[in-house]
Amino acid sequence: MNETAAIDAKDAAPVYNFAYLDEQTKRMIRRALLKAVAIPGYQVPFASREMPMPYGWGTGGVQVTASVLGPDDVLKVIDQGADDTTNAVAIRGFFEKTARVATTTVTEEATVIQTRHRIPETRLGANQILVYQVPIPEPLRYLEPREVETRKMHGLAEYGLMHVKLYEDIAKHGHIAATYAYPVNVNGRYVMDPSPIPKFDNPKMDDCEALQLFGAGREKRIYAIPPHTSVVSLDFEDHPFKVQEFSEPCALCGSRGVYLDEVILDDRGGRMFVCSDTDYCERHRPEDGTAPVAVWEEER
Amino acid sequence: MNEHVETPPVAIEDLPLLRASGLTRFYGDRIGCRDISLSLWPGEVLAIVGESGSGKTTLLNCLASRLVPTAGCVEYRMRDGTVRDLFRMSEAERRVLMRTDWGFVHQNPIDGLRMSVSAGANVGERLMAVGARHYGKIRGEAEHWLERVEIATDRIDDDPRAFSGGMRQRLQIARNLVTNPRLVFMDEPTGGLDVSVQARLLDLIRQLVADLGLAVVLVTHDLAVARLLSHRMMVMKGGVIIEQGLTDRILDDPREPYTQLLVSSILQV
Ligand SMILES: Nc1ncnc2c1ncn2[C@@H]1O[C@H](COP(=O)(O)OP(=O)(O)OP(=O)(O)O)[C@@H](O)[C@H]1O
Ligand SMILES: [Mg+2]
Repeated sequence: MNETAAIDAKDAAPVYNFAYLDEQTKRMIRRALLKAVAIPGYQVPFASREMPMPYGWGTGGVQVTASVLGPDDVLKVIDQGADDTTNAVAIRGFFEKTARVATTTVTEEATVIQTRHRIPETRLGANQILVYQVPIPEPLRYLEPREVETRKMHGLAEYGLMHVKLYEDIAKHGHIAATYAYPVNVNGRYVMDPSPIPKFDNPKMDDCEALQLFGAGREKRIYAIPPHTSVVSLDFEDHPFKVQEFSEPCALCGSRGVYLDEVILDDRGGRMFVCSDTDYCERHRPEDGTAPVAVWEEER
Repeated sequence: MNEHVETPPVAIEDLPLLRASGLTRFYGDRIGCRDISLSLWPGEVLAIVGESGSGKTTLLNCLASRLVPTAGCVEYRMRDGTVRDLFRMSEAERRVLMRTDWGFVHQNPIDGLRMSVSAGANVGERLMAVGARHYGKIRGEAEHWLERVEIATDRIDDDPRAFSGGMRQRLQIARNLVTNPRLVFMDEPTGGLDVSVQARLLDLIRQLVADLGLAVVLVTHDLAVARLLSHRMMVMKGGVIIEQGLTDRILDDPREPYTQLLVSSILQV
């Protein structure tokens, strides 16, 4: 099939190029992606385009996805682990319309997964690309607002400031309080912001079989973690990196060792903890349809 | 009183730590400083004095490689004994030098501190920059240095924003000393402070410099500060050095008319 998506006459919509972006732009983005893959964790500037959605809705991720997508790809889009949230539905619809690619909610079936704030629980494979939406790509920004200076720090691998931030955390809270966008060192060289995923997901980035691509639309940066790259979460010897632990399993599927979201059930303090990865949860429910454990916590 | 000069520290080592020759800096057509040569020995405190606009800060910044000179060179004897031309070092090497073997104390502590992080983090930053990764040890060092600059250790988790001017300046000093530098540059370190705070800070600086055997290049327009802290003095005017010598000699027996004027006008107490 040629790369121009046919548009139904009744839509009376303009004819989009395959995946919306023109071929020149995709080529430009692919060049940035190649550089990003060649220098794991390094932020490559790119000429981010205006997209038909507001910043903060994943314009960076969408441009990366548009540039790697082929007609035979199968796309999955998640927002906070869920396939059915507004943002995920909108982006999936966008590519259904502009690229006519098949979509799925099943992690294993997808060849390209665009995500905001989560890495799927299902282990990713060599045939998959994970595209992250990134709001603020610069991990040093918190303590050093000057771009010229942060670039120099990356260039010279001067990362003492990252530990200053972690030090502050421990001094204030007694432990490293950062729970998401937890900084990592990639391939022993560049320090990188993994986007606002929970630190629970950090270990999944390490030695991952899939290609991981990061797009920041507003900040015009692309970065990448090639397959089988070392990704180490920063910490102190006496305050080692730890992921969140949940005392109860998912109230719907009974899985343990997965990331859970708190769901408020009523206004009397009733709540339960369920998988944030909706696809994983649905496919791990017991056959007979009964929830294995109903974890209710009443607040007195 | 000036005990230092009676036992000059010059004998510690026979090679200078820092040596500048023909150092010149223009700002367009305007002279910042011109054709300045000097040597600084380990453990020596050199004061650069002169009126406003005489080129003190320009010279200091050229020596500390924070400003690229128009001409001339600055050599530094590294810890391993090799002598390096500062402006031929890579930027990476220079930055390592600046945050390990050197300190720089700004007149305004806001320029030398991270105002948004705690005192402990301010002091610990250099340690973390050179690879310290043990929180407890970093904190222990920070406490030690806060004590040394007379800041109560229970202020360790406070932001410098909550500190007085004098405390901020002492914190800035602690932050610089934590890596045991051999050379510290100071630009009017007591500048913005009121007299009693100034006196206490000067006392502290004098103590630390003597205890740690620091070499210091100290810029001040205040001859009283120079008298209290320095072994040797250089008087600048219009971007050049017009007189230099041991501090006591210059204060007792200034030779240049301009120096005589400075001494008589400022040291009337
Ligand atoms: N960034 C600059 N651009 C242009 N001229 C400058 C600059 N900085 C300094 N100068 C000029 O260079 C000369 C020396 O200035 P410098 O700041 O070194 O003097 P100073 O002795 O430190 O003065 P002060 O005691 O007021 O701090 C002055 O004539 C000044 O106007
Ligand atoms: Mg000055």
